[in-house]
Amino acid sequence: MEIVGQLQKQFVDFSTSLYHEGFLDEQYLQLQKLQDESNPDFVCEVVSLFFEDSEKLLNNLATALQQQVVDFKQVDAHVHQFKGSSSSIGAQRVKNMCVAFRNFCEEKNLEGCLRCLQQVKHEYFLVKNKLETLFRLERQILEAGGTVPAIA
Amino acid sequence: MEYCNCFESPWPADELLMKYQYISDFFIALAYFSIPLELIYFVKKSAVFPYRWVLVQFGAFIVLCGATHLINLWTFTMHTRTVAIVMTTAKILTAVVSCATALMLVHIIPDLLSVKTRELFLKNKAAELDREMGLIRTQEETGRHVRMLTHEIRSTLDRHTILKTTLVELGRTLGLEECALWMPTRTGLELHLSYTLRHQNPVGLTVPIQLPVINQVFNTSRAVKISPNSPVARLRPAGRYMPGEVVAVRVPLLHLSNFQIHDWPELSTKRYALMVLMLPSDSARQWHVHELELVEVVADQVAVALSHAAILEESMRARDLLMEQNVALDLARREAETAVRARNDFLAVMNHEMRTPIHAIIALSSLLQETELTPEQRLMVETILKSSNLLATLINDVLDLSRLEDGSLQLETGTFNLHSLFREVLNLIKPIASVKKLYVTLTLSPDLIEHAVGDENRLMQVLLNVVGNAIKFTKEGGISICAFVAKSDSLRDPRAPDFFPIPSDNHFYLRVEVKDTGSGINPQDIPKIFMKFVQSQPLATKNPGGTGLGLAICKRFVNLMEGHIWIESEGLGRGSTATFIVKLGIPAHSNDSKLPFLLKVPGNQIKLNFSGLKVVVMDDNSVGRMVTKGLLVHLGCDVFAVASGDECVRAVTSEHKVVFLDVSMAAVDSFEVAIRIREKFSKRSDRPIIVALTGNTDRTIKENCRKVGMDGVILKPVSVDKMRSVVSDLLEHGYLVESQ
Repeated sequence: MEIVGQLQKQFVDFSTSLYHEGFLDEQYLQLQKLQDESNPDFVCEVVSLFFEDSEKLLNNLATALQQQVVDFKQVDAHVHQFKGSSSSIGAQRVKNMCVAFRNFCEEKNLEGCLRCLQQVKHEYFLVKNKLETLFRLERQILEAGGTVPAIA
Repeated sequence: MEYCNCFESPWPADELLMKYQYISDFFIALAYFSIPLELIYFVKKSAVFPYRWVLVQFGAFIVLCGATHLINLWTFTMHTRTVAIVMTTAKILTAVVSCATALMLVHIIPDLLSVKTRELFLKNKAAELDREMGLIRTQEETGRHVRMLTHEIRSTLDRHTILKTTLVELGRTLGLEECALWMPTRTGLELHLSYTLRHQNPVGLTVPIQLPVINQVFNTSRAVKISPNSPVARLRPAGRYMPGEVVAVRVPLLHLSNFQIHDWPELSTKRYALMVLMLPSDSARQWHVHELELVEVVADQVAVALSHAAILEESMRARDLLMEQNVALDLARREAETAVRARNDFLAVMNHEMRTPIHAIIALSSLLQETELTPEQRLMVETILKSSNLLATLINDVLDLSRLEDGSLQLETGTFNLHSLFREVLNLIKPIASVKKLYVTLTLSPDLIEHAVGDENRLMQVLLNVVGNAIKFTKEGGISICAFVAKSDSLRDPRAPDFFPIPSDNHFYLRVEVKDTGSGINPQDIPKIFMKFVQSQPLATKNPGGTGLGLAICKRFVNLMEGHIWIESEGLGRGSTATFIVKLGIPAHSNDSKLPFLLKVPGNQIKLNFSGLKVVVMDDNSVGRMVTKGLLVHLGCDVFAVASGDECVRAVTSEHKVVFLDVSMAAVDSFEVAIRIREKFSKRSDRPIIVALTGNTDRTIKENCRKVGMDGVILKPVSVDKMRSVVSDLLEHGYLVESQ
C-alpha cells in the first residue's frame, strides 16, 4: 500500500539522518542484526533498558554533584557506566559527551562537570526522542502490514 | 784532862764528823727508800717493762742498803747488842742481794743496749718504706697520666689533633718548657719541625736525618737524654738562662702494611718521627725514670693513634674517589643515553623525512614510465627508478639494522602458513630466475608442519635475501631450496659449537638449505660475509647492487629467532650452500591439520558448532550485558549473564566453555575474577576459556590480561562477525592468537 511505502521511506530517511548526524553509530546496526525470529524485540528491549538505566544514572549524577563535598570518584564511576551503556547501544553523541565529562571529573572541575551534565542530559533526551520516533515509525509500518526495511 | 770551862756543846768536837755522817746516813736511807717507790710508781705507769723481777731484785737491794744506812744511825751512840745483830743481819742481806744484782746486771745491760739498736734499725726501715711508698705513688700517678694521655690521644682520629693533643698533654703532665715533634719529609732524608707546644708557627726548620744524635735516638726504643745544644733541641734563640735537660724519643710511623692480622706489628718500619721534650730552663729538675717511661709509653701510643688516623684517611679518600667515579659514571651513562635517544630521534626523523620524498620519486617515476616516452627518456626514467629503489632499500636496511643493533627490534609472533610462505618466495623469484635462465626447485620435507608460530614477515625477508643472493651470484645452473625439520644430530654445526638447539613440545627448528651452482665464495672470505657493509668479490663482479647489509640483517633476524645461519662453499666457481636454522613455535591446538578445512567452511556450519555452547557473560552494565548476551545468543550459545564477580565465580561450572569478562567494570576487578576462576578449576581440561572484553586500547590492559592468565582480549565494540570469528578461534586454538 501507498502508506506502507511512504512510511517505509520516512523510516529509511529518518534512520539515515540519525546515522549521518551522529546520533547513532555502527553499534546500533549490530544490534539490529541480533534481532531475529527467536528474539524479535531485542532492540526494543535493549533500548528500554538503556532508557531506564540512563534516567537512574542521570539522577545519581545530579545528586552527586549537588553534595557539599563532591566525590569526583563517584561521579566518574557513574559517568563511566553511562559511557559503557551508551556505547553498547550505539548512542554516539551521548558517548562522546561522556568522554568529555570524564575529563572534567579527572580535573575535579565542578563547573565543567555541571556543564557537562547539562549537555549529556540534553544529548540523552535528544537521542531518546529520536529513538522513540524511530520505534513509533516501526510500529506504524508493522501495523500497516509492512515490513521494516533493514538499514545497511 | 781538864780544859776550859767554856760552853759544853752537845756534841764533842770529834763528834762533829760523826754528826755529819749521822745526817748523811739519814738522807741516804731516805733516798734509798724513795727510789724503789719511784721505780714502782713509774713502772706501774708504763705498760711494758720486761724485767720485773730484776726490778724487784734491784728494789730489794736498794731497800736493804737503805735499811743498812738507817740502822747505822743507831750505831753512832751506844747501842745494844740487838741493834748490832740487826745491823749485821741487814748488812749480810744487803751484801748477798747486791752481789746477786751485780751478777744479774751483767746479763741485763747488753740486752737493754740491744733494744736501743733495734729501735734505731726500725726507725731506719720506716724511713725506707716511706721513701718506697713515695716512689710507688709517683709511679701510680704516672700510670694515671699515661692513661689519661692515651685516652686524649686516642679519642680523636684526626692526625693533627692527635699530635697537638700529645704535645699539650705531655707538656702539662710533665711541666715541660717546650715539646716539639719532628716528622720525616717525603724524601726521608730530613726531619721537618712539624709541631711545637709553645711556638705558634714553626718555621720550616729542617735537619738532616743522618745526625749522630738522631741515629742514637732512633736506634733505641727508650727515651734518650740529649744535649740541649743539639740541632733538634735548639728551637729558640739561645737565652741567658741555662737550658733544662732535654730528652728525645722516637715515634714509629707505622704503615698499613705493617699490620698483620693476628700479630702485633713488627717494628721493622724505617720511618720514625722525633719527639723532643725540654724541661724548664731555670729549675733544677732532672728527668726521673718514671717520667722517661711515661714518655716512651706515650710515644708508642701516638704511633698507634697515628696509624689509625692514617687508615681512616685512606678509607675516606678511597670513598671520596669512588663517589667521584660514581658521579662520573652516572654522567657518562646519562650522556650515552642522551646520545642514543638523540640517535633514535634522528633516525625516526630521517625515516619519515627521507622516505617521503623517495616514495614520491618512485611513485612518480613509475607513473612516468607508463606514459609515452622516447627510448632515451625511457632509459633515463628507468635509471631514476632503479636508483631511487636502491636508495629506498638502503634507507630501510640502515634503519632496520640500527633498530636491530640496539635490540629495540622485536619479532612479531603470529601463526602463519609455512608452506605458503615458501611458495610465495618461489613465486617472487621465479620471474628473475627465468630471465637468467636458472632453475629453481623447492623441496619441503613431509614432516614439516603446515602452520607455525613466528614472525612471518621477517622469516620471508631472510628467505628472500638468501635466495636472492643465491640467484644474484649464479650465472648458470640454478638453485635448490630444501626445508625440513632439524633433528638433534643434524642440528649441531661444527662451525658453531656453542649453538645447542633443543627442540621441545612447543617449538621446532626449521632448517633451510639453499644450494646454488654459482660463483662460490673464497673460504677465506666466508667469515666476513655476515659483517656489515662488506661485500664479497668487490672487484671481481660488476654486481654493485645491494648495500652489503642484507646478510648482516639476516643474521640478526636469525639470531633473534634463536637460530643460526652460515654459508659453505668449496671455493670459487664451485657454488655455495647457505643454511639457516630458526626456532618456530608449534601452534597449540592438536587439530592443526583440520584447520584449513574448518576455516573455509561457510558460516552456518560454524554456527552449528556453537549451538548450545555454554558460556558465561559478566558485565555490571545492564545494557552492555544485554547486548553481549544478545550477540552470543544470536550465534547460538547458551548464555548465562551475571553482573558481579562473585556471581560469576559461583556460576561458572566445568560445563561452561567460555567466560566473557567485561574489563571496563568500575566496581569489580575483573582480573581477580579471572584468577579465582582459574583457581576454581585445577585441571586444564575443565577450565573454561577466559576472554576479556574491553573498550580500552591501552597496551597495558592486554599485558595485564595475559598476566592473570586470560586466554584472550576482545576490543569493543564487537560486531557479530567479529564475535563469530573470535569464538571459533577460541574453540579451535584454545586461545586467541591475535587480539581481535
